[in-house]
Amino acid sequence: MSTNPAIGHNEPPPKMTARDVNVFYGQKQAIKGVSIDVSAEHVTAFIGPSGCGKSTFLRCLNRMNDTIDGARVDGQIELDGQDIYASAMDVVQLRARVGMVFQKPNPFPKSIYENVAYGPRLHGLARSKADMDGIVESALRRAGLWDEVKDRLGESGTAMSGGQQQRLCIARAIAVDPEVILMDEPCSALDPIATARIEELIDELRGRYAIVIVTHNMQQAARVSQKTAFFHLGSLVEYDDTSVIFTNPKATRTKDYITGRYG
Amino acid sequence: MATLAAPGAAAPAAAMPERQPTDWTTPAMQKRIAARYAKERNFRRLGAGALVVAASFLAFLLFTIVRDGWTGFLRTEARIEVQFDATTLGVDPAAAAGPNGQVMLARADWQALLLQAAQQLGPASDQLSDAAWMQLRDAVMADPALLGHKASLWVPVRSSIDLLAKGKFDLSAPADSRGVSDREVADWRWLEGQGRLRTGFNGAFLGNADSTEPELAGIGGAALGSLLTLLVTIAIAFPLGVLSAVWLEEFAPKGRVADIIELSINNLAAVPSIIFGLLGLAFFLNFAGMPRSAPLVGGITLALMIMPVIVIAARVAIKSVPPSIRDAALGIGASPIQVVFHHVLPLALPGIMTGTIIGVARALGETAPLLLIGMRAFVTDVPQGFTAPATVLPMQVFLWSDDVQRGFVEKTSAAIIVLLVVLIAMNSLAIYLRNRFERRW
Repeated sequence: MSTNPAIGHNEPPPKMTARDVNVFYGQKQAIKGVSIDVSAEHVTAFIGPSGCGKSTFLRCLNRMNDTIDGARVDGQIELDGQDIYASAMDVVQLRARVGMVFQKPNPFPKSIYENVAYGPRLHGLARSKADMDGIVESALRRAGLWDEVKDRLGESGTAMSGGQQQRLCIARAIAVDPEVILMDEPCSALDPIATARIEELIDELRGRYAIVIVTHNMQQAARVSQKTAFFHLGSLVEYDDTSVIFTNPKATRTKDYITGRYG
Repeated sequence: MATLAAPGAAAPAAAMPERQPTDWTTPAMQKRIAARYAKERNFRRLGAGALVVAASFLAFLLFTIVRDGWTGFLRTEARIEVQFDATTLGVDPAAAAGPNGQVMLARADWQALLLQAAQQLGPASDQLSDAAWMQLRDAVMADPALLGHKASLWVPVRSSIDLLAKGKFDLSAPADSRGVSDREVADWRWLEGQGRLRTGFNGAFLGNADSTEPELAGIGGAALGSLLTLLVTIAIAFPLGVLSAVWLEEFAPKGRVADIIELSINNLAAVPSIIFGLLGLAFFLNFAGMPRSAPLVGGITLALMIMPVIVIAARVAIKSVPPSIRDAALGIGASPIQVVFHHVLPLALPGIMTGTIIGVARALGETAPLLLIGMRAFVTDVPQGFTAPATVLPMQVFLWSDDVQRGFVEKTSAAIIVLLVVLIAMNSLAIYLRNRFERRW
C-alpha cells in the first residue's frame, strides 16, 4: 500500500514488499491476497484476533513456513527488490538477513556465549576468537544484556529468567547482523516488567533494523510501533500509521477490534 | 392405574418437591464408605502380593545360580615337587637360554616329566589334570634357570577330585548313585591327608576358552567372542539405526509411505530372533559365502535384529527435542542438516544411547540366531579375529548345560553369573546415562 497517501510522502523505498500473498495449509487458505510494505525505519506491528493469520504471514517473510508440511505460499515477497521465493535465493542467507525472535524464549541449551556465537560461526562472520568476542559483546550490549551476563558468559542460557532468555534470543538474532528482525509475540510468555524491558529494547533497536512485531496486545502495538497492520480472517484489513489506526481507523472492522467489540 | 398416576399428579413438573439434604450418617451410606475402603485395601494388597511373588521368583533364581555357580570361580590344585631334569625333557640345558631356547622348550617332553613327578602322589598319581604339564612348561619358559633344579608347583587336579574338595558329593549315599567312585574318594582322602590340596581362585576360568575337561574350561574365549560380535553389531546397528531415525523424523515426507515404514519397523522389532538366524544362514553364509561360526556374521545378524529397537528409541529421543530449538536454529540460518547435527542429535543422544545399550544388552543375551550360523561350535581357542570361529557367552552357557560331565554344572552357573553381571552393568550404565543427561523441557 505504498500508494496510501497517509503513509509519508518522501520515504525511502520499503525494505520488504509483499504483493498478493496467499498461504495454504493443505486445502485451507490461511492468508488471502495480502499486500504490504515494510519500512526500514520503523517498527511495524501486526495485530488482529487469534487465528487471523498474522503469525503465518510473518513466517512467510523469512520462509519459515518452508519447514511446515503441506504449507504453500504464492504471490511475491521481496527483500530490497529481490524475490525471496525465487530459486536463486539462498534460504540460509535470507534467514541471516531476516532474523527471527519467537513467542517462547528458545535459547539453545548451551552457554550464553555459545548462544550468541552460534549464528556468526555458522555464517563465518568472525575471523578470530577476538573477533568473535567482539561480536558477542556488541550483540549482548545492543540487547541490553551485557551488564547482567558479562561475568557469567559460560553459564547455560536456559538457566536465566524468561525475560533475560528472550533478550538473549534477540542478541542471538542481532549477532548475525540482520537487516530485518521479525518478532512473533515476543512478550507473550513474559511478566509485565520483562515485557517493558523488551519494549524499551525494541525502541532502542528501531532505525538500525527494520522490525516487524506480531502482537495480540494492542497497547503494546500502540507503544512500540509506528505502523500498524490489522489482520482479520487471513486478510489485511487496514495498514496505516499506528496513530491513525488507533485513533481514526477507516474500516469498521478495525474500529470494532480496537474498541474491543471482538478479538 | 390411579395409584401409579398419583405421584405425577401430586408433584407436577412445575413444582418439584424440595430436595432433602443428604444424610451421610445412614447405615447404607456408612456401608458404602466401608466397602470403598475395603476395595482399596484389597487392591493394594493384591499389588503388593504380585510384587512379592515376582521378587521371590527372582530371588530364587539368583539364589540357585549363585549357590551352584560361585564354586565355578574356584579350582583345586595339588602340590608336586618337580625335578626339572633335562634328559627326561630331552632338551639341552645350555641352549635353553639361547635364541631358540623358547622354541626348544615348547617342544620338550613335558608329559614325561609330569608322569615322573606324579609318582610321588602314590595311589593318586593319575588324578592330575590332563593339562597339568602346561603348568610345568610355563614355569620353565618363564624362568629357564629352573632347568636341572627342583621346584614345588601347584597343578590342577581332575574334575572329580576338584568337586570332592568343594564338597559337591553326598558321600553317605551308596557308591553307584553318588556320581563318584570309591577309588576317587580314596585318592582324594589320601591327597587331603598329605596336605597336598588347596582350593583357590580359578584364573583359568576367566582366561581360557572351552575344553572337554571341566577343570580347564573357561569363559574367556566366549567373552571375547561376545565382545567381537557386539563390536560388529554396534558398528553396524548404531549408525544405520540413528541415520534411519533421523531421516524418518526430520526429513521423510509424512504420508502413506512413512506410515508403512513405521509399521514395518515396529513389526520388525517383534520378529522372533530365530528368524534373523535363518536369514543370516541363508544370506550371509549360503549366498554371500561368509565364514561359519564367525563373530562377523554373528554381529551382522544381531545388528539386523536390534536395529529396529535402536530406530524406535532414537525416534522417540529425536521427537522429544522441542520444535522451538529447531525453529531457533533455522531462524538464524542453519541448514536442516546443521540443525540435526548441531542441535537435535546432541540433545537426543542420551536417549539414543539408552536405547542402544538396551538393544546391545538384548544382543548379548541372544542365542537362537547364533545357533543357526554355527556359533555353537566347540572352540578351544580364544578367537583370533572377526572371521575366526568363536562362540558367545549365552551359547557357552547352553553348551555347558548340555554336557554330561558333573564338573560342568558349576561352570554353567558360573558362566550365567558372568553373563548377568555384564548385563546388569550395561543396564546400569543405560540408567545412569538417562538420569545424568536427560533434559526436561
